[in-house]
Amino acid sequence: MINGEGRRAWPLWEVFIRSRNGLHHAHVGSVHAVDAEMAVENARDVYTRRGEGVSIWVVPSAAIVASDPGDKESLFDPALDKVYRHPTFYEVPDGVSNL
Amino acid sequence: MSRTSDAATPSTDAHLALADGCLIASHRLSEWMSNAPTMEEDVALGNIALDLLGQARGLLQAIAEDTGRTEDDLAYFREAQEFRNPLICELPNGDFGHTILRQFFVDAWLADVWPALAGDPTVDPRVRGVAEKAVKENAYHLRHSSTWVLRLGDGTDESHRRMTTALDALWPYRGEIASDAWYARVEPILAEATLDIPPRDAWTQRSSADGWHTEHLGYLLAEMQSLARAHPGATW
Repeated sequence: MINGEGRRAWPLWEVFIRSRNGLHHAHVGSVHAVDAEMAVENARDVYTRRGEGVSIWVVPSAAIVASDPGDKESLFDPALDKVYRHPTFYEVPDGVSNL
Repeated sequence: MSRTSDAATPSTDAHLALADGCLIASHRLSEWMSNAPTMEEDVALGNIALDLLGQARGLLQAIAEDTGRTEDDLAYFREAQEFRNPLICELPNGDFGHTILRQFFVDAWLADVWPALAGDPTVDPRVRGVAEKAVKENAYHLRHSSTWVLRLGDGTDESHRRMTTALDALWPYRGEIASDAWYARVEPILAEATLDIPPRDAWTQRSSADGWHTEHLGYLLAEMQSLARAHPGATW
């Protein structure tokens, strides 16, 4: 029924799976579904068949706000030369046993 | 009667009916592979078919052990009249709505069968093991089919019409699987789906308990069994 001739396409949903308790939900892909309940069921059927998850989030793809690829340089390049933002930049002082 | 009768006990007969029901329902759902309305639904029906196949195998293995055969003997080398599945499981898929309503009726049946077996300490532990796993699988199957019945019944004019046609066609096959609990499960969903519920005492088909089947089972078995019969003992 998706994108068939003269038929309405089903909305797209983004799927996030939490693989274990304590971890965060991670984006795994998308499904088509007519409503939220079907989106959860479809996500379960498509993305958790091999024990990948303990929790599912679905979000209408239309609700995702994305950064503009054209802004890539201004958004991300300035971070490239700030090595001091990485914890590995700093030497651990003597006497600090747990950090 | 059939060649299963020598070693069969009453519970074996009941377990065989259940095993065959799951096996044949699984095969019917598998016929949707690559043909479901959406890719997501294709995977969903495939998952359900595989769950049902796993349930059937667990039971067939237990029955085979007790009767000196193998699960393949039972699945691939019995004739149609030796199968004990409820007739509704073998009915052709029809359109998607027909398949969904058939599966809904089967799921609602198994929703009573599995918990009863899982919770009965007198049941064979192998069967109970299958049942304990199946309770969870069935809960999802029933959720899947119920939500589709609601969507299609209370959907567009066309989907409602198709569901009404499916209900008329399938209601006469409820006899082997219906109980008070089954009606209590099925009727509220049909009502919410805005479908007219046929009467409980309407005519129903006879059961397969004595080996009578619809004409459709033979064709199904011809396909399901052809590989194993062409290459006996083959493994894959």
